[in-house]
Amino acid sequence: MRYAMVIDTLKCVGCSDCVVACQTENDVPIGYCRDWVTENVSGSYPSIELELKSERCNHCENAPCVRCCPTGASHQLNNGIVLVTADECIGCGACIESCPYDARYQHPDGYVDKCTFCHHRLEKGQLPACVAVCPTKCMYFGDLDNQNSEVSKLLKNRKWKTLAPEAGTKPKVYYLI
Amino acid sequence: MQEELITSGRNIPNIDPFLDIWHWPISVYLFLGGLAAGLLFFAALITILKKDKEYPAAVKFASIVSPIALTLGLLALFYDLTHKIYFWRLYTTVRIESPMSWGAWVLLIITPVSFLWVLSYYSELFPKFKLNFKFLKKFESFLQKNRLLMAYILLPLSVVLGVYTGILLSAFNARPLWNNAILGPLFLISGLSTGAATIILLSKSTKERHLFSKIDLGLVILELGLIVHMMMGMYAGSQVQLEAMQLLIGGEFTMMFFGFVVILGLIVPAILEFLELRGFKIPVAVPALLILLGGLIFRFVMVEAGQITRYLY
Ligand code: SF4
Ligand code: SF4
Repeated sequence: MRYAMVIDTLKCVGCSDCVVACQTENDVPIGYCRDWVTENVSGSYPSIELELKSERCNHCENAPCVRCCPTGASHQLNNGIVLVTADECIGCGACIESCPYDARYQHPDGYVDKCTFCHHRLEKGQLPACVAVCPTKCMYFGDLDNQNSEVSKLLKNRKWKTLAPEAGTKPKVYYLI
Repeated sequence: MQEELITSGRNIPNIDPFLDIWHWPISVYLFLGGLAAGLLFFAALITILKKDKEYPAAVKFASIVSPIALTLGLLALFYDLTHKIYFWRLYTTVRIESPMSWGAWVLLIITPVSFLWVLSYYSELFPKFKLNFKFLKKFESFLQKNRLLMAYILLPLSVVLGVYTGILLSAFNARPLWNNAILGPLFLISGLSTGAATIILLSKSTKERHLFSKIDLGLVILELGLIVHMMMGMYAGSQVQLEAMQLLIGGEFTMMFFGFVVILGLIVPAILEFLELRGFKIPVAVPALLILLGGLIFRFVMVEAGQITRYLY
């Protein structure tokens, strides 16, 4: 089992529903968020390209945040999900410094928090809140080890990229382009 | 043209795009850790070389500073933790891959040893305050007998501590300014140099001051070389590293880095030390204080500038 998320940048309209859904589902304190939407404009007039996408923790296969954590609070499950155990975290911030995607934040209660791929929902057989709520259905979630899963097929048939691959973290959030 | 906007939400309100998680206590801690490493290194080395009678400041007077520096450093580190009640979690695991973890363990060993070291010199350091209890006196003489053993423990540990203050930063691939292998040796050399400067400040014998001026001069030249080395490495590096270097050269931190660290903190004291060794009348406290101040500002610049450098946005 190797969970991954595939996000279609061609379908995303930047509505930020995923952000609000996550905040509601995970009781994210006001003013903070675990996922966010970026708008990327490139090129020069008249050939300008616009790319919208929803970003979050990439649940990296080679996760620097897990490696640098002095207490083991940041850890990786067998299915690839990277989690933080709040009552093992001392709030040293090493993992925040180590994440090339700046996906973590310090919760007002002191510990470090981030996207969990809605681990608690997966256990109940549900999709992550952001995936479930997306009105354009541009997000897909599934198992990369299963050749027939939707995510595996999409990655086989479409062009995709990951963010900052040069950081060497092997991110597990893929963007269709 | 390439422009990236964040249209909704980001992790840290009001602070983005600077994920400024580590504040002044971390810089202070890195400075004090390096200083203590330098002091303990010289104290241990001179004891092992059996020159402790000739260089009393190095083994005795200056070593009072190290337990104080380590304690203050630890307090600063603790102060910057945001989930403090779980602090003990650091000591329920050993995580080899995490520099912060083995730093915490090294500190746990070296801090008490540095206290014991000072205690072994207690009657020489504080002749007015006699140890009135018999067991304390016994303990002191026990420590005195085992000073050489302590020196052998301290020598490698102080090097690890000094290197660690740099590796703590350089292990972060995500912060391009920190992510270079030179930072470990650079922080070690800088720590040794601040240690030598403290010994110069506290020493009363000309012979000792001159020895440590010479050592310090060598260390400063080495440090300048390593800084050049670091910059060349960054210039030969990837785009993110080039951008990181621009903060120090022609960017926000140029004045701090070149003005205060390189010129006032290294080149000027080196020239002053050189002239003083040549027989010019220069109060040695001046270059020593400049070295200490430069070392402190160096930690501040590296910690603050490093946190601005990143891969995305
Ligand atoms: S995106 Fe950041 S927080 Fe998430 S696993 Fe990768 S390094 Fe860790
Ligand atoms: S802040 Fe918490 S999760 Fe992050 S490295 Fe420190 S102890 Fe680990």
